[in-house]
Amino acid sequence: MDELVLKEQIADETEMSRRAFLQGTGLLLGFALTGASTESVFAAPASQVVENEVTGAFAPNGFIRINPTGAVTLVIPMIEMGQGVYTSLSMLLAEELEVKLDQIQVQHAPPNHALYVNSIIGIQNTGGSASVRAFWTPLRQAGAVGRNLLIAAAAKRWNVDPATCRAKDGVVFDASGSKHLRYGELAKAAAKLPVPPAANVKLKDPKDFTLIGTRAKRVDSSIKVDGRALYGIDTRLPGMKVAAVAISPVLGGKAKTVDEKAALAVKGVRQVVNIDETVAVVADHTGAAKKGLEAAAITWDDGPNGKVSNADIVKQLEEESKKPGAVARNVGDVGKALAEAAQRVDAIYQVPFLAHAAMEPMNCTVHLQKDRCDIWVGTQAPTITQSQVAELTGLPKDAIKIHNHLIGGGFGRRLEADGTILAVKIAKHVDGPVKVIWSREEDIQHDMYRPYYLDRLSAGLDAAGKPVAWTHRIAGSSVMARYYPPYVKDGLDPDAIEAAAEPPYALPNIHVDFVRVEPRGVRTSWWRGVGPTHNVFVVESFIDELAHAAKQDPVAYRKGLLGHNPRALAVLLLAAEKAGWGSPLPARHGCGISVQFAYGSYTSQVAEVEVAADGSVKVKRIVCAIDCGMYVNPDTIEAQVQGGTLFGLTAALHGSITFKDGRVEQSNFDSYLPMRIDEVPVVETHLIRNAEAPGGIGEAPTAIVSAAVTNAIFAATGKRLRSLPIDMDSLKSSS
Amino acid sequence: MAITLKINGTPHEVDVDGDIPLLWVLRDVLGMTGTKFGCGQALCGACTVHLDGQPVRSCQTPVDSVGDSAITTIEAIGKTPQGAALQKVWLELEVVQCGYCQSGQIMSAAALLKDTPKPTDDDIDAAMSGNVCRCGTYQRIRAAIKHAAGV
Ligand code: FES
Ligand code: FES
Repeated sequence: MDELVLKEQIADETEMSRRAFLQGTGLLLGFALTGASTESVFAAPASQVVENEVTGAFAPNGFIRINPTGAVTLVIPMIEMGQGVYTSLSMLLAEELEVKLDQIQVQHAPPNHALYVNSIIGIQNTGGSASVRAFWTPLRQAGAVGRNLLIAAAAKRWNVDPATCRAKDGVVFDASGSKHLRYGELAKAAAKLPVPPAANVKLKDPKDFTLIGTRAKRVDSSIKVDGRALYGIDTRLPGMKVAAVAISPVLGGKAKTVDEKAALAVKGVRQVVNIDETVAVVADHTGAAKKGLEAAAITWDDGPNGKVSNADIVKQLEEESKKPGAVARNVGDVGKALAEAAQRVDAIYQVPFLAHAAMEPMNCTVHLQKDRCDIWVGTQAPTITQSQVAELTGLPKDAIKIHNHLIGGGFGRRLEADGTILAVKIAKHVDGPVKVIWSREEDIQHDMYRPYYLDRLSAGLDAAGKPVAWTHRIAGSSVMARYYPPYVKDGLDPDAIEAAAEPPYALPNIHVDFVRVEPRGVRTSWWRGVGPTHNVFVVESFIDELAHAAKQDPVAYRKGLLGHNPRALAVLLLAAEKAGWGSPLPARHGCGISVQFAYGSYTSQVAEVEVAADGSVKVKRIVCAIDCGMYVNPDTIEAQVQGGTLFGLTAALHGSITFKDGRVEQSNFDSYLPMRIDEVPVVETHLIRNAEAPGGIGEAPTAIVSAAVTNAIFAATGKRLRSLPIDMDSLKSSS
Repeated sequence: MAITLKINGTPHEVDVDGDIPLLWVLRDVLGMTGTKFGCGQALCGACTVHLDGQPVRSCQTPVDSVGDSAITTIEAIGKTPQGAALQKVWLELEVVQCGYCQSGQIMSAAALLKDTPKPTDDDIDAAMSGNVCRCGTYQRIRAAIKHAAGV
């Protein structure tokens, strides 16, 4: 009976604290449906994402804010851009803090390196599939510190040993369960207690987790189904103007003529701002700004990059890749092994420039004043953005206020501050706040692209077909050398070679090197990973070539080379089994497999394709096995596997940015094609459960899918594709 | 030029050029930011609203072409039975990722279910292939539409 009473009390208290928390924060009630006439009408749950900074009476660290009203706000150090991090990081905190996920609200962290640095990246950046990996321990510790202090405050009030008390769902109970205090009631007292060092608090045994590992509901869903979610592009401020921009179509070019008069004649247009490389038309609303920009009929002086072309970029890569590069790995004697091999296989692989094309086009709102600069933007790199704006404006860093927002798709694009810098340059000429919006065409044509890479590979097989020699040279841009030079030592970009320097297979003699080649007139950057997005395609295609040369089944061949690598072997076998590997298929159907270790996770995929007589490829099914160690939310993982796979598959089937006369030849979704609902395969996820350290998930499925598909195309047609995107013309049936 | 628009049951007067797309009137002039800008060329569906119950791309709908038609946006689609059912299922199946495309997805799906209460896969393909999702939530969108329709 006691237990029943306790349960009821908890339910009651929770409801009370929930109500208190809702009342205490008017912001949460921003939207209520009125005039609802039928019961079936959807009543929107309150928003759990708060835009304005919340200060708490109890704030034991950077992540927890608890008010006397009972409002529990979690400050999330990484930004939400769809990957589910507001939910997964909240789960880490809530598990130890002992609050339920529907008792919390979340808030974007401000730029603060000391409080919010991602320990894997070394910057307060959201990227590299590193959020859960980096914060797995610190956020649980932060939650446990909070819980300990709240329990200590209750124990002090009751004059009992804290060890006899326990916390659950935002309430502290004494040993008997008869006394209880809500977190809100304890907030002020807990705030006065000395905070124990995070490393000293005892964390839960994973077997006692009640939240981590469950399919907890996303905290950001409800505001995303009824238009309430606020992205950077939704910023509205009193007196705000909107600017549409035209950026020089050639990098480094300048506006030659601008018909300002015609632009200003458009109703609602207030101002034309002409700065280096960019013309902005400032107006009362975007419609007028765009109309004004068109009326301005800008002509351009192309500058030094007016002749840049893809053909020249590729030629340069072909030449430079003949020279040795920075050595990423050198084991055994590759030269000798290659010379003595029974069979030799050589190949050149190429992957194209890729745009991000996130659904929310680039945008940034700036209010520059004499002594401060406010910025409303969704950014994956708040501290970098803050520093760059400080440099540009000459203002101190703490005068640069970054109001971060939900991002309508990041994929690495928002790791760059270029959009914010451009907006600040425009804002220098505008009185009052101005929102700078890029058109989709500007967004695609002035992206910072996943680099074009050209790879040369050679392998030697022994008489039994085993690879005794493996050489792999990667040539292309180094994003890391520009973005974070300290990570590049002796010319070696650790990202550009990830998943190439250490293929999962037993390779007794291996040599991998990297030649940095920067394309002229093209800006390169991160793209849902960089290195593995191209290296896994190359390595997994080439190992498939070796299996074929050895006349062995692709799964059996890989299996024979993974005896030393049990986790890689396990995902390979699981994917093959779930896909029904080896079952007979009709003509021009095929299955392909790929395996990868990247971002701390082991992944394997099987793709099943059908290639029509006209060469068109239909990907019918993707089966993905993944071992990402201990995980937080399996539903998020499945969502990331589905979405990440489609992101990579879209690129493999359609993605290519090309240059002609210095200009990007693609411009909108009719020339840079996204996959649509009628084209996508079903993606199945099979998750391995174990107690290994957590691995990343956001980028792994993107990197692995293309090789599975091209290997399947080889199985279906006998045609080996060594470049992306898939050239469907080359797959036409001759019969 | 003063134009009166009937949006979610309420009349709004705006003073803009007649050729300005409805999208910017909703978002910038009236502050209804739930309707999203994705491409401006009727290629992505992010800006989908209903005119008299029919889905249209507001980025390619001049505001003076709307006339007396009743405009429904994502902010009020939950007041229709289809919209309410879809929003509920969207949450149950955790469809959203970044969420940016989802206003448009739900508007297109609501129009589909109004005309075709029991859609087939082909019906879903036809009605939804104008809506791009770069996060790749299509699998769950399809499941959610079927779930809401009880098929
Ligand atoms: S913004 Fe209208 S269809 Fe893309
Ligand atoms: S959920 Fe991000 S674009 Fe669809």
